[in-house]
Amino acid sequence: MSSWPLLSIVTFLPLAGALFIFLLGGSNSEASDRNAKWVALWTTLATFAFAVVIWVQFDPANPGFQMVEDLPWLGGGISYRMGVDGISVLFVVLTAFLMPAAILCSWTSIETRIKSYMICFLVLEALMIGVFCALDLVVFYVFFEGGLIPMFIIIGIWGGKRRVYATYKFFLYTLLGSVLMLIAILYMWTTAGTTDIVKLMAYDFAPEAQTWLWLAFFASFAVKMPMWPVHTWLPDAHVEAPTAGSVILAGILLKMGGYGFLRFSLPMFPLASAEFAPMVFTLSVVAIIYTSLVALAQEDIKKLIAYSSVAHMGFVTMGIFTFNQQGIDGAIFQMVSHGFVSGALFLGVGVIYDRMHTREIAAYGGLVNRMPMYAFAFLVFTMANVGLPGTSGFVGEFLTLAGAFQANTWVAIGAATGVILSAAYALYLYRRVVFGALTKPSLADIQDLNPREIITIAPLIVAAIYFGLQPGPILSVTGPAVQHLIEDMAIAAPKAPVAVSEPVAAPAAPDAAHEAPAAEGHH
Amino acid sequence: MLSAIVFLPLLGALVAGFFGRLIGARMAEIVTTSLLGVAAVLSWMAFIRIGLNGGEPETIQVATWISSGLFEAGWTLRIDTLTVVMLVVVNTVSSLVHLYSIGYMAEDPHRPRFFAYLSLFTFAMLMLVTSDNFLQLFFGWEGVGLASYLLIGFWYQKPSANAAAIKAFVVNRVGDFGFALGIVGIFAVYGTISFDEVFAATPAMVGRTFEFAGTQFDVVTTLTFLLFIGAMGKSAQFGLHTWLPDAMEGPTPVSALIHAATMVTAGVFLVCRCSPMFEYAPDTLAFVTIIGAITAFFAATVGMFQNDIKRVIAYSTCSQLGYMFFAAGVSAYQAAMFHLFTHAFFKALLFLGAGSVIHAMHHEQDMRKMGGLYKLIPFTYAMMTIGTIALIGFGIPEIGGFAGFYSKDAILETAYAAGGVGSFGFVAGIVAALMTSFYSWRLAFMTFHGAPKWKHDAAHAHDDHAHVDAAHDEHHHHELHPHESPLTMTIPLAILALGAVAAGFVFYPYFIGDGNLETFWRGSIFVLHGEHVLHARHEVPEWVIWAPLTVTVLGFLIAAYYFLWYPKKAAALAAREGLLYNFLKNKWYIDELYNLIFVRPALWIGRKLWKLGDGWLIDGFGPDGVAARVKDLAGRAGRLQTGFIYHYAFAMLIGVAALLTWLMFGGAPK
Repeated sequence: MSSWPLLSIVTFLPLAGALFIFLLGGSNSEASDRNAKWVALWTTLATFAFAVVIWVQFDPANPGFQMVEDLPWLGGGISYRMGVDGISVLFVVLTAFLMPAAILCSWTSIETRIKSYMICFLVLEALMIGVFCALDLVVFYVFFEGGLIPMFIIIGIWGGKRRVYATYKFFLYTLLGSVLMLIAILYMWTTAGTTDIVKLMAYDFAPEAQTWLWLAFFASFAVKMPMWPVHTWLPDAHVEAPTAGSVILAGILLKMGGYGFLRFSLPMFPLASAEFAPMVFTLSVVAIIYTSLVALAQEDIKKLIAYSSVAHMGFVTMGIFTFNQQGIDGAIFQMVSHGFVSGALFLGVGVIYDRMHTREIAAYGGLVNRMPMYAFAFLVFTMANVGLPGTSGFVGEFLTLAGAFQANTWVAIGAATGVILSAAYALYLYRRVVFGALTKPSLADIQDLNPREIITIAPLIVAAIYFGLQPGPILSVTGPAVQHLIEDMAIAAPKAPVAVSEPVAAPAAPDAAHEAPAAEGHH
Repeated sequence: MLSAIVFLPLLGALVAGFFGRLIGARMAEIVTTSLLGVAAVLSWMAFIRIGLNGGEPETIQVATWISSGLFEAGWTLRIDTLTVVMLVVVNTVSSLVHLYSIGYMAEDPHRPRFFAYLSLFTFAMLMLVTSDNFLQLFFGWEGVGLASYLLIGFWYQKPSANAAAIKAFVVNRVGDFGFALGIVGIFAVYGTISFDEVFAATPAMVGRTFEFAGTQFDVVTTLTFLLFIGAMGKSAQFGLHTWLPDAMEGPTPVSALIHAATMVTAGVFLVCRCSPMFEYAPDTLAFVTIIGAITAFFAATVGMFQNDIKRVIAYSTCSQLGYMFFAAGVSAYQAAMFHLFTHAFFKALLFLGAGSVIHAMHHEQDMRKMGGLYKLIPFTYAMMTIGTIALIGFGIPEIGGFAGFYSKDAILETAYAAGGVGSFGFVAGIVAALMTSFYSWRLAFMTFHGAPKWKHDAAHAHDDHAHVDAAHDEHHHHELHPHESPLTMTIPLAILALGAVAAGFVFYPYFIGDGNLETFWRGSIFVLHGEHVLHARHEVPEWVIWAPLTVTVLGFLIAAYYFLWYPKKAAALAAREGLLYNFLKNKWYIDELYNLIFVRPALWIGRKLWKLGDGWLIDGFGPDGVAARVKDLAGRAGRLQTGFIYHYAFAMLIGVAALLTWLMFGGAPK
């Protein structure tokens, strides 16, 4: 299969599925709705199968791009270039992994315009995978911005009561970022004369240009992450989105920002990245503490998880800008892990929302009495969210912390408070929803997970625990690519990362620190 | 074989947890208990081979865990003397607690879950003590935290149990905040987190400083200090102790296993395991001594006036952990480990004995509603008395005594001989020993002696506890007949009592006798000045040797005076509600203080940040503000806002199209 254009297959297979559903025709009859669901499910499963093939065929030892496809397009100015490296390949797999769960969890909860809904999701999948495969700046941009449109539609049509407000807010935030990024892209093209990402990585932009370009990209990525203080669209979007929308939003769309930093900001604008690292650190630590405290005060389950997502993304941005192996490895791991853990948490909320049609924490309590399987699943994901060792949530959090300590101890101290706060808000939520006596009459007949829900959730439990105990399959993929990235930035990770004075307590030598303030501490 | 010690409990947990409903509660009990029994026997064999007979320590590589650049952490079992001591403690107590729980939990409908948790806890604890690097230790550390959370909140319908479970986890996380920073700090400085490599590199780190939190700090002192913060959380040392008394909400066997014999001693184990680092950080050691001494004293003061039988023992545990820490603080790690070892027997015995009392009283825990029980449950009474004598460390110098006598007196004498902060530990320890004797005998007298107080208000007592179990409720309608516990519960008591009597004089020569570092510990504990530290206690003045016995007898007399001979006086004193009495009874008001300065502000700040920070500031001036402007414009322009989302989506498409057009036909370079 190695000669197949695998990346194009995984990117466009969902589109083919969408087209097929469209062509199936038929009015909104029950049969055509059912067909649409099954086509969507099989398409996503097939896509996942191809994604696994990509993962298996991927050679971790090679830090460059693999499975590259290159076709001239649009008159030769831009090329259709696809390829994956150790940084992007896992996101392709993650996307394909989460999509079947998204389709399955919508099986009965979506009752209107089912065909359009399935088409939207398949288009969304195609665009998201495209983002992670694109090796051309313009192709990337098209996928990157285009992916938001199906999400707007999903929230706007199948969302909750305040869906219009939420969509609008979501749009307004992303609009600002994408306009600035577009301008930056145009500038890069005119300056470097190419939109080939690989060539752009090797191109040296002038230092002052880097600053502006970095800021323009930052505007877009920071909103996507989302970083504090441009995060307020996320809770609203999550609250209003249908369950599957939240799963994909938290699981994949948030990762595009982090991916963008790793693909563009760090390799293309290394000087500016180093220059702005202290700012990113500050925003990350503020996000971790601020949104964790806010999460503590939430009364809506989805909002609470949304705020906890912002806090977790704080670890990601912090890790990326440490510019060392542990920090960036940890950031990527955290993104992948958060992908299925937060996705699973939203699935879990969806399960009880489908039964009770409320997200109010106060409407629940004592679910464990009637839903032991659900209680177990939700406990696993809560613990993974808290970062308990042995779950996938721990590996990323800990590695980013290890990276941060080498970069700046203040940052590590600030971020480590998240260890305490996350336990507080997550267990407080669990207690209010799952534990306690089941006294509310409305909950008296609530049913435990049905087989469809079990099939949806079980793979995520396995992933959360398996990768917590054996993170190797992920870390071995990211390792060489991250090392390559760091070396390219010319601020390579040192052997003894923290400057330790001589026994006579002489001050640490003021070495290369002036070149890269963010890398102080190495020597 | 050594791997089996660790993984058999995991197997039991998985079987009971996932197939408990399939195989039934009885089968789940049998499977978990017998697997634990096997693990316990294997542990003793390992202890004899590696500990007593001087066999070679072993390291078993199981798998790799995390590997990122230089950061390497494996799943590894490291079995040296320090580990086998812990293996014996953990698996012995755990297997007995499993057995005991068959009787104690007989009426609970969720037994498979309970036994799964117990076995899961045991596994996590074993991973902790067998680790050969800081990260696996942390895995076990947090794993026992999870099991503790689940077991404290086992009766999840009780709000107080849920609250206690969260409190235990979160307060422990405060400690883990320090611990995690310590580990990443060690990695940052040493470039490794393997025990052997870190310990080997430590002497070269002496006197070096690094930048931490904007200041130049001594490397080893800072890192050990951070590790010790973690130990304080897990071992409930003063400041981070508040979760332990509340943890008594869990079933009593849990208290015996987790909150007395094993998990809470993990902090002591950590300090001893890291003795090659702590030895080079005298400032941290001084801090350890002071915290340990304060805890020993503080917890004993509070323990004197609690009325809940389990809480008295919980504070006693807290206090005894303090002894272990100040022993470690004066470099007497062997004495600390010895006390950990003996304490596991007699404290588990006391807890399980208390459980037997509670079982007999149908889940009554208030000692004011007990009394006169010794005739009705004589076996429990006898065992509890042995536990009490072992706890107060009764023994006559140069003749012998119960288990606590050997370990506690060694600690006190070494602390005295160490001088400096050690003297502080000695004074605090002697005063605490007085109080220990007092509260232990107070407990014994209130529970077993005097007039029975349960007859008149037996019906009342039943309503007091919010126990979940439907099967229990039926009991509660007829009158209370305290009864001796079944064999599954009394056999563990007898075995532990044997340990409480004999663990001291049998193992004394190995743990702290002459040449212990070379013949017994063999590198698993490092002491900079070698045996000299423990030796020095042989040169202390005569009065120091006799002081513990004196205060112990004194404590007994005071307790007997107030609770055996003149109980009315005690009641009258308590009724006066003096200032000091209230201060101690309310645990120095530390819970109230923390509520005031941490819990409530955190919630308040969270709410303010949400409503004001996100709502008013960011949204108000950001999207909502913009939205208001846009709406104004839109309103003037027409009815654009109806379904404006689609317009925006459309506008976005147009934007993309415009870009492409420009790229294709515009002045794109070349």
